[in-house]
Amino acid sequence: MSILTAILTLALIAALFGLLLGYASVKFHVEGDPVVDKIDAILPQTQCGQCGFAGCRPYAEAISSGEAEINLCPPGGETTMLALSDLLGVEPLALDAEHDDIPEKTVVYIDEETCIGCTLCIQACPVDAILGAAKQMHTIIESECTGCDLCIPPCPVDCIHIKPVKVEPDTWRWPLPDHVSTAPQAG
Amino acid sequence: MSLNSRHLWHFHGGLKLPSNKAVSTIKPITRALLPKRLVIPVQQHIGEAGKLLVKVGDSVLKGQVLAQASSYVSASIHAPSSGKVVEIEELPVPHPSGLSALSVVIETDGEDKWIELSPLHHPNTKSPTELRQLIRQAGIVGLGGAAFPTAVKVNTGPHAEIDTLIINGAECEPSISCDDMLMRHYASEVISGCGLIQYIVSAKHCLIAIEDNKPEAIAALRAVITEKALHTIEVVVVPTIYPTGGEKQLIKVLSNKEVPSDGFPSDIGVLVQNVGTAVAIHKAICLGEPLISRIVTITGEGVQQAHNMEVLIGTPMSELIEQSGGYHDDAAKLIMGGPMMGFTLQTDHLPVTKACNCLLVSNAAEQTADAMPCIRCGACATVCPAQLLPQQLYWHASSKNFDLVQEYHLFDCIECGCCNHVCPSQIPLVQYYRFAKTEIWNQERDRIKSDHARIRHEFRQQRLDREKKERDEKLRKKKELLAKKKIAEAETKKTADETTEIDPKKAAIEAAMQRVKDKKSAQQTATTNLTSATESSNEKSTQEQ
Amino acid sequence: MQFKTATSPHLAQQNSVQSVMYKVLLAMLPGTIAMIVFFGWGVLVNIILASVVALSCEALMLLLRKRPLKPYLLDGSALLTATLLALALPQLAPWWLTLIGTAFAIIVAKHLYGGLGFNPFNPAMVGYIVVIISFPREMTQWVPPLLDDYTLLTFSETLRVIFHGELPLTYGWDAITMATPLDTVKTQLGLELSINEIENHKEYGSMFGAIGGFGWEWANGLFLMTGLYLCIKRIIDWRIPAGIIAAILVLSNLFALYDYASFTPPTFHLFSGGFMLGAFFIATDPVTAATTTKGRWLYGAGIGIFIYIIRTWGSYPDGIAFAVILMNMAAPLLDYYTMPRAFGHRWNEFPHHHLGDKDEE
Repeated sequence: MSILTAILTLALIAALFGLLLGYASVKFHVEGDPVVDKIDAILPQTQCGQCGFAGCRPYAEAISSGEAEINLCPPGGETTMLALSDLLGVEPLALDAEHDDIPEKTVVYIDEETCIGCTLCIQACPVDAILGAAKQMHTIIESECTGCDLCIPPCPVDCIHIKPVKVEPDTWRWPLPDHVSTAPQAG
Repeated sequence: MSLNSRHLWHFHGGLKLPSNKAVSTIKPITRALLPKRLVIPVQQHIGEAGKLLVKVGDSVLKGQVLAQASSYVSASIHAPSSGKVVEIEELPVPHPSGLSALSVVIETDGEDKWIELSPLHHPNTKSPTELRQLIRQAGIVGLGGAAFPTAVKVNTGPHAEIDTLIINGAECEPSISCDDMLMRHYASEVISGCGLIQYIVSAKHCLIAIEDNKPEAIAALRAVITEKALHTIEVVVVPTIYPTGGEKQLIKVLSNKEVPSDGFPSDIGVLVQNVGTAVAIHKAICLGEPLISRIVTITGEGVQQAHNMEVLIGTPMSELIEQSGGYHDDAAKLIMGGPMMGFTLQTDHLPVTKACNCLLVSNAAEQTADAMPCIRCGACATVCPAQLLPQQLYWHASSKNFDLVQEYHLFDCIECGCCNHVCPSQIPLVQYYRFAKTEIWNQERDRIKSDHARIRHEFRQQRLDREKKERDEKLRKKKELLAKKKIAEAETKKTADETTEIDPKKAAIEAAMQRVKDKKSAQQTATTNLTSATESSNEKSTQEQ
Repeated sequence: MQFKTATSPHLAQQNSVQSVMYKVLLAMLPGTIAMIVFFGWGVLVNIILASVVALSCEALMLLLRKRPLKPYLLDGSALLTATLLALALPQLAPWWLTLIGTAFAIIVAKHLYGGLGFNPFNPAMVGYIVVIISFPREMTQWVPPLLDDYTLLTFSETLRVIFHGELPLTYGWDAITMATPLDTVKTQLGLELSINEIENHKEYGSMFGAIGGFGWEWANGLFLMTGLYLCIKRIIDWRIPAGIIAAILVLSNLFALYDYASFTPPTFHLFSGGFMLGAFFIATDPVTAATTTKGRWLYGAGIGIFIYIIRTWGSYPDGIAFAVILMNMAAPLLDYYTMPRAFGHRWNEFPHHHLGDKDEE
C-alpha cells in the first residue's frame, strides 16, 4: 500500500512539474531574433562561393536551417568558425585541412596590356569592384576588392592576377609566441 | 635626499629593478658626427603620415620641411642637415616587424646650413593657439618614446581645464639615461619649455617629477627654479619604482587620481609631457628650430663605451655604435628602447627616429629554455601597475578567446613587462597581449571591411534586381501592346467581314492583283492585236505584190 | 651587423618554478624532522618510497604524452606532491598503499588533467582520499609518538613492517599502532566523554601534549614557523593560511564557548593532525587555489570551515584533504566573482557571459 502511495505521489509531482514547464515554455517564449542576420554579420562577405552556396547570405540561411556546417568558410578562417560556434552554441568544428587558420589576404589586379574590355569580369564581381565599360579599359578598385577571385574564371584572356595585400607597419600583427613546452613534441 | 613638501601616493604593483644607469652618465653628452647620409622616415609618429613636399633632386637646408602634417593627428618632418634629396624609397625602419616604410634620404653637403629661423623673444605676447601652431609646424612629437603629436596633446580644448601640468622626468626604465643628462645639462631649457606649456594650456601648477636616483638632475632644475624665482613650477622627487614613469601611474603617484580607462588625463585636469618634449618646445618657439635631433643613450654590455649622444634624426645606428667604440665580441642583441619595453632590431643599418631614446646592446644569450605552463601563482597580478589579472589575460589570449580577453580589460595593459619579469614559468606574457591586441584590431578592420562589402553586395543585388524588373516591365508592356494590337486586328477583321469594309491591306492586295490581271489581259489583247495586225499587213503586202 | 631578435623584456629573470618548489620543500624540512623524531623511521621510508614512485610515474606519463622530460622531472613538483602525501599517510602503512596513493596522484590527478598547471584538484589530497576511502583499515596504522609505554621501531624493523607486513617478534599490532589524538577525541566524544575527561584519561591521556597531540604539536609548530617564513618571502600567499586559521579560530571559539565540554578547544585544532601542514603547504598549492586576493581569503576561510565541520560532525578524524578538494572545486567560481577593480575603472566589473550574448553590438 505504501508503495502505491509513493508511486502516486511521485507521478503527481512529475505531472505538476510537467505542467509548470509547459506553461513556462508558452508564457515566457522568446521570439528569437532572426539568427540569419546575426550569422551573416559574422561571415566575411567575400561572396566567393567556396562554401558551396551562392554567397554569404545563402550560406547564413543554410546554417540557420541546419543544412550546412559552420566550418565551410575558408576566408573567414578559424575565427569565423569559432564566432559561429559561440553564437549558435554548437561545438567548434575543424576547418578542412588544406586551409590555414588565418588565410592570407589577397586582392586582384588586371594586366592592362592584355585586357580586351569584354565586361565579363564586371558582371562576375559580387561587390562591383571593377570599373569599366564595353570596349573600355577595365580596372580593379583595390580598396573594394575582397579577394574572392570570382572574376578570374570568366576572363577570356586570363588577364586578372592575384597579389597579396601589402602589410604596413601599422597593420602588421604580432605573432603568437611559440616555444612553450605545453605543446606536444614531435616524435 | 631633498625632502618633498608634497604628499605622494602609491600605485599598485611595480618592481624595484637594478637601474644600470650610472655607466652611461659618466661622460658628458657627445655630439654625434654629421653622417654622410640621413634617412628620415616620413612616419615617425602615431597618426597619419605627412604629405611629401620635396622630390628627388631637391636641395634642402637644415630645418626645411620635407613632409607636411596632413590631418589633425599628424606631424611634419624636417631635414636634419643641409644637402640634396637623393632617394625617396621604402627603406627599412626601426619597427618590431622589420618592415620598410617611405623614407627621404638626404646626402649631406657638410655645411649644415640652417633655413631662415624666426625665433620668438617674447612668447607670452602670442596666443596659445599661435604657439600650438608653431609646435605643429616644428614637427614635435612626444619624446618619451610614444611619439604622439604634441600639438594635438596640448590642444586640450575649451572644456578641459588643466589644473596640473606634469613634466615627466622619471625615466623609470633601467639603462636609459637620456632624460637625466638632458635635465642636468639643459636645465634652463627644460624650465623654459615647462613655462611655455604651462602658458599654452593655462595650467595652474607645474610639477617636474624626477625619480630619486637622479640627484644631480634634481639639483640642477631646482637651482634654475630658485634662480628665476618661479613659484608655480616645482620639482617633485618620486621613489624609484618601475614603472613610475608611465603616464597613468605618475598621475596616480602625484595626485592620487586615476585616469579613466576610456578617457584622457585632461579629463581629470592633468597633462603630462616628457622633459625632452619640453626642451623641443622651447627650441621651436624661442629659437625657431624644428625637431631635428634628440639625445640617445648608447649602453649595454655589448658596446665598448656607454654614453649619451646628441643625434640628428636619420643618423644610421651603426655609425653611433662606431662612435661609441664599437661592439664587444659577445654582442648578441640590439634593442631600441630599454630592457623592459624595448624591441629588438635585426640590423643596425636603421635610422634613428624621433622615438628612439636608447640603443641597448646586450650580450645576454638567447633564452633557450621553453616556458613552463602557468602554475597560477598570482605573482603577475601582484605586480601589475594597471591592476589587471595577467593570468586570465594569458589564458584567454593564448586560446584566442578575444571577446573574453577584452572583458578582462586587455586594452588597459601598458605592456610594461612587470608580469613577465616575475613569472616563475617564464611565460612571455607581454607577447601574448601584443598578439591579442593586434589580432583584435585586425578583426575590427576586417569587420568594417566586410560590413562595407556586404552593403556593396546588397546594393549590387538590388541593382540587378531593379534592372531585371525594368527589363521585365518593358517586355510586359511590349507584350501588352502586341496583345492589344492583335485584339484590335481581330476585331477589325470581324467587322470587315460583316460590313464589307475594305481592309486597306487586303484592298491594296486585291487592287494590286487586279492591276496584274488587267496588265496581263491588256498584254494579251496587245499581242493578239499585233498578231492580227501582222497577219493583215502580211496579207496586205502579199496582196499588193 | 645582423642580430637575432627576441621578445621583451630583456632582463634576466630570477624566479623559476623549480626555485619555488624547492624552497617549499626546504621549508618542510624542520617539521619533517620533528615527525621522524617523534614517530620513527616510517616517515622517512614513506617519503623515499613516495618520491621514487612519483618521479617514475611522472617520467612514464611525460613519455606517453610526448612532453620534454628534463624540465618537468627537475621542477620539483612531483617531489613536493610525494612528500606531502607521505607526511599525511600513517607511518606504518603498507608499501602498496603509498604506491597506489602516489601513483593515482601523479597519473590521474595531475597528468590526465594536463600536467603541471592544469590540474583542478590538489594531487596529493586526491591520492590521500583514494586510499582512505579504499583502505580504511590500513589507514589506521599510525605510530604512537615517543611515549613511555611505547618504543619506536628500528629502521630495519620499520622496513620489514612496511614492505612485508611482518611485525617484530615481541610486538603485536596494538603495541605499535595507536589512534591519533584527533581520532581518539572523535571516538570518545561520540561515547559522551567530555574534553577534560578525554585529555586526562589514564589510558590514553598521555597522547595529548601541552597544546595539541603530543609530538604532533612539535611538527605543527615547526610547520607554522617555516610556513610564516615562506609567507614573508612571498613564496606562498599569506591570505590562504590566514583565512584557514581565522575560520578555525572563529568557529572553534564560538562552539567551545557554547559548550566547553563537547567541543575541542581552538589550540587543539591548530596543533593536531596535519593542520599546519595543510594550511601552509597543501592549501597554498598555487595551481589549485583561487588566484585573486579576495578569492584567496574566501578560499582559505572555506577550507577552515570545512575542516571544522568534518572534524566535529563528519566521519573522518582529520578533514583536511576533503576540505581542500571541496574548495578546489569552488576556486574557479571564487575567481570569477572576486575580480579586482582595474586601474581607471570605477567599480568591480566581472566578466559578462560571452556565449550567445551579442546584444551589446
